This record gives sequence, structure tokens and C-alpha cells, in this order.
Amino acid sequence: MAYVAVKGGERAISNAHAWLAQERRGDSTVPDLTLAQIANQLGRSVDRAMGEGSLYDRELAALAVKQAQGDLIEAAFLLRAYRTTLPRFAHSHPVDTEAMLIERRVSAVFKDLPGGQILGPTPDYTHRLLDFGLADGVAIPDCATANPDEAAMPRVTDILRQEGLIETDGSSGAPPGDLTREPLSFPAKRDVRLQALARGDEGFLLGLGYSTQRGYGGSHPFAGEIRMGEVSVEIEPAELGFSIDIADIVVTECQMVNQFKGSKSVPPQFTRGYGLVFGFAERKAMAMALVDRAMRAEELGEDVTAPAQNVEFVLYHSDNVEATGFVEHLKLPHYVDFQSELQNVRRMREEAARTRPCAEAAE
Amino acid sequence: MKGYNFAYLDEQTKRMIRRSLLKAVAIPGHQVPFGSREMPLPYGWGTGGIQVTASVLGPDDVLKVIDQGADDTTNAVSIRRFFARTAGVRTTTITAEASVIQTRHRIPETRLREDQIIVYQVPQPEPLYRLEPSRVETRRMHSLSDYGLMHVKLYEDIARYGQISISYDYPVLVNQRYLMSPSPIPAFDNPKMDMMPALQLFGAGREKRIYAIPPWTQVRSLDFDDHPFRTINAPHPCGLCGATDSYLDEIVTDDRGGRLFVCSDTDHCAQRRQAGHVGTDGMREAAE
Repeated sequence: MAYVAVKGGERAISNAHAWLAQERRGDSTVPDLTLAQIANQLGRSVDRAMGEGSLYDRELAALAVKQAQGDLIEAAFLLRAYRTTLPRFAHSHPVDTEAMLIERRVSAVFKDLPGGQILGPTPDYTHRLLDFGLADGVAIPDCATANPDEAAMPRVTDILRQEGLIETDGSSGAPPGDLTREPLSFPAKRDVRLQALARGDEGFLLGLGYSTQRGYGGSHPFAGEIRMGEVSVEIEPAELGFSIDIADIVVTECQMVNQFKGSKSVPPQFTRGYGLVFGFAERKAMAMALVDRAMRAEELGEDVTAPAQNVEFVLYHSDNVEATGFVEHLKLPHYVDFQSELQNVRRMREEAARTRPCAEAAE
Repeated sequence: MKGYNFAYLDEQTKRMIRRSLLKAVAIPGHQVPFGSREMPLPYGWGTGGIQVTASVLGPDDVLKVIDQGADDTTNAVSIRRFFARTAGVRTTTITAEASVIQTRHRIPETRLREDQIIVYQVPQPEPLYRLEPSRVETRRMHSLSDYGLMHVKLYEDIARYGQISISYDYPVLVNQRYLMSPSPIPAFDNPKMDMMPALQLFGAGREKRIYAIPPWTQVRSLDFDDHPFRTINAPHPCGLCGATDSYLDEIVTDDRGGRLFVCSDTDHCAQRRQAGHVGTDGMREAAE
């Protein structure tokens, strides 16, 4: 065989892209998916792509999900790569989740509370039986509507705070950090940690949160409150001098309430873990709150022993766009390095054979 | 490309990266954190190198991109195409013609000049990470020049195997101060970094670090007086051009142990063959 240097990478790539486009479209006798269909009927996928892609735009997220053939990490990656090119013209005020237009609000620590428990469109109590009717497009049942108590929907943490039983919100007054502009540095403050968690991989945070429940850095959590609904986003342009409402977005917020036995300077009280995620993403918000609380171990004078408590470990490995890129880069050619390893192993084997002739002779 | 700035990144971002580059050049071998952006290529596939290249590239530059020494490997093609598309710059495969060379895992065999810049893609900028995973801790070690851990590792290699077992990404000391990862180039290439006339820039996108070696800077591969640094290469000439001083790839030619050794630097090999050099396999090819 005569050796022919591997050429034609350029053509191969073009061909692969064309094949991918065909593969994405699939059987052309099946109607093409519309973005509206994805945004409406695959809402949780769109929510996850928006959350981990750090970009709130249902239509773009639907496009990303479609382009990524439903691969949500790839969809988040597409959104991030687009987001990074957008100009940044303002920072919003913190969203006020107390003023949320509630679609769902449950508390696991009080049987009833002002505003009541509102289940919302939850799959929690569905029996997970495959619904074959759905395959044929059965009629959708009517759903009851109620006027939620317009008045008050106080956060459970505020209720606890009235009695001084729970720590208050910390506020540094400094502008919040931004991981997408400034690289991570340590010690990482809570604003940056929460940003990293909000962008972090749902599966990774779920596993870490779960590990805290199984003894790896446990902190006795209670789901103080989970709420989901629309909040308004406000900015205050310098030239106006007052706030204006620029968007309404759906978010899920989780406040975990954790036991804390107190320290020399602080009396026993409840502490908090916080989760806030774009869209309806309850699992992610809860996992985020568990991990947020676990990472506060050092601050609260607890032993730092478990992975979830190790801030550096969690923050450096929670971003799935970073993780997937680096894991998958292993499929890039490495033959130069492998070649040097081959020569190295051969040399080391020679050395080993030279220094251990007796052992081999005895075998 | 419509809708995007020259070379993809906006000018503010490029300015931020150039500031980091200036700092990196001023402190040779020191890892400078920078606000690495999310690029339309995956992390680990050259996002750091791409951002550095994008920041130093001008319309008159001529760009060469190599991966494993070759211009035609898929990722090199992809990155070259990215800049041809977003910056519209002229590209080349000839080392001597390029003003900016972005590379993954190799340094070209052709000696670089003062008017050239070589940009390395770096997967893991921290040379100590296998010995100490915490970056908080390694940062402290760098600030104190506390590199004992690495020397112990090299010593243990010698005690155990009779030699240092690192064959690529072999740690170097830059300007007698900072321990630095040369990126996963084979140790064979390390000596080329020492007193190189060209500016050497290193970009690690995922890890958000930039570092640099200014022209004519001392770069020493770590070793011991009684175990001096030495390079490894296959003990063969190139099968195509007969070169005996270039780094060789090993090509498996059949399932009976057949091997062919050829230059990893495809441009170097092509230039030599154009000049009339022929290797043993090249002759066979001509005869067939």
C-alpha cells in the first residue's frame, strides 16, 4: 500500500454538514416542526435551553432546540454563542418575586399560609402511565380557573423572618459579578456562585444536591417555598432617572430552609439555600438551592468535607457547555501526543527489559 | 460576514483581550485571567487560541492554522474557515508566508521569525494541575515560585523508571521565574520555544487564561544536572521526504505490523519534497 496523506478535510466537513441537515429534517413526508410547536409543546425543553443558555427568548430557544435536534446541551451552547455577540445596554433591577403573577406556589413547611397552596400545572400527582390517547391527539379537558387571592402572596421566608427565625437577606451593595464578562476567581462571592448555579447543568446539580441528602454534606433542608410565575424585568436608563418595565418573564424560585445550630456570634436560626431559574424548572431550582446552601458551609462555620460543599469543585464543573466541549475534544486528533507516548512507552519497556533480565529469565 | 464584526469578536472584547495579552507579555509565563467569551466553537476545540488570534489579527495578516502539525486536519480546516469567513483574511499553509500561526499540539519545523506570531491553543494552562487540583492553591504556589512538587514528581519518575516519563506537555520554566505548560506539544518541540524570535501567545478559553512568551526569552525544560532534558522521536527518517530532524507521525499501513513514519509538519514535508528530497516510501510510490 502506498501511503497517501489524508487530504480533503474541507470537503469531508461540508459533506458531513449536509448529511447532518438531512438527518435533522428526517423523512420529508413528515411535516417540518415549527418553532411555535416547539415553544408551545416542548416547553420544558425550551425552558432548560433558556436557563442553561442564559438567554430568555422562547423563540430563539425553540430554534436552538430544533437546530440541535432536541439535544438540550447543544441547544444551550447555540444560545450562549449567540448571546455572547449581543450588546449589553443595561443591567436590570433584581426581579421582585414577591410581586410574581403566581401560577404555582407550594410550601412544604406550613399546611396553609397567606395566599394558600397553589398546585398550578404540575405533573407531580400524575400517574406515570403512558397516555396512549396523547398519541392520537385526544381532546383536552377543560380546566377550572380561579381568581387567586389578588392581595398577598408573601414569601415563606418573609413569614419566618417576622419572628427572627431565619437569617436575613445579605446585601453587599456592590454591583453583582458577571461570570460571562469576568473569569471566576476565588473566594467566589454568593452572587457569582448563584449565577454559576443558575447557568449550571441540571443533571450535575441534581446529582450534587442529591448527594447532600445522602450524607455528603447534609444540611437538613425543607422546601420552604417553591413558586413559579411571571415577574417583570425593570431597567433604569441613566437618561430617564426612573425604572421602566421591559419584559415579563416566567421564573421558578425555590427557597430551601435549613437547620442551623448557631455559632458564637449567631443564635440558632434557620438558614437558606436559594434557587432561581428561567421558566418552569422546578427540579433545577430545588437542586440549585440545595447546592447553594451546601456551598455556604465554610461561611457558616461547618466542616467542609463533601463535594457539594467544595466551592471550587462545584463551580469549575457545573457548566455543561464547558464540560461537554472539553470531554468531547478528546475525539479531536491527538496523534502527535500519542506518538510521543508510543516512543516513550517503547523506551521505557526497553529500559525495564534491560534492568530486569533475571526476572524474565526466571519466568 | 454580515451581522458580525471583523474576526467575529466585538472591538471592546478584543481590546480587553489585548490588554490581557500586554500584561501576559510583560510577565512571561504568568497566567493572566481574562473574560473569555463564549465562542461558536466548543470549549476544548481552540476557543482560547481563536480569541487570541481574533484579537491580534488585522486585515493585512496572513493566517496559517495547524493541528497536529498539519494544515488539513479537520479542526484546523474548521478554524481556518472560521477566520476566512469572519475576517476575510488571506490564509496559507506555508509557514514562511504566514504572519499569524494558530497551532494545536505542534510548533512548525521551519524556524519562525521576529515578524511572526504563533498562537497556541491550550487545554489546561495550569502545569501543576495533576499534582494539585485546586487552582486557589496552585496560584499561591506560582506566586511563591514554590515548584518543589513538580521537581519531586520528576525525581520520582527517575527513581521509578530511570527516566522522566513525560513525553508531551513537558513543563518549562520561563525567564527563570514562572513554571508554564507549553500546551500539549511533544517534548521534541520544547527546545524551539527557547529564544524564539517570534512572539508566542497562549490562549485557554475554557479555563479563561492567557499567557505569553516575548521574543528572545529563555525557556528551559525542567530537568536535573545528572538527568538532562532530552527529546524523543521515532528513530527513522521521514518516509516521504527523508528528513531526519523533523517530528514524525506513525502511520499504520497494514494489519501485519507495517508502519510508515512521516513528517507531522505537512508543510515542512511538502517543501522538502518540492526541493527534490525523497524518502524511501516516496521512491516506492514513484516507482509504482
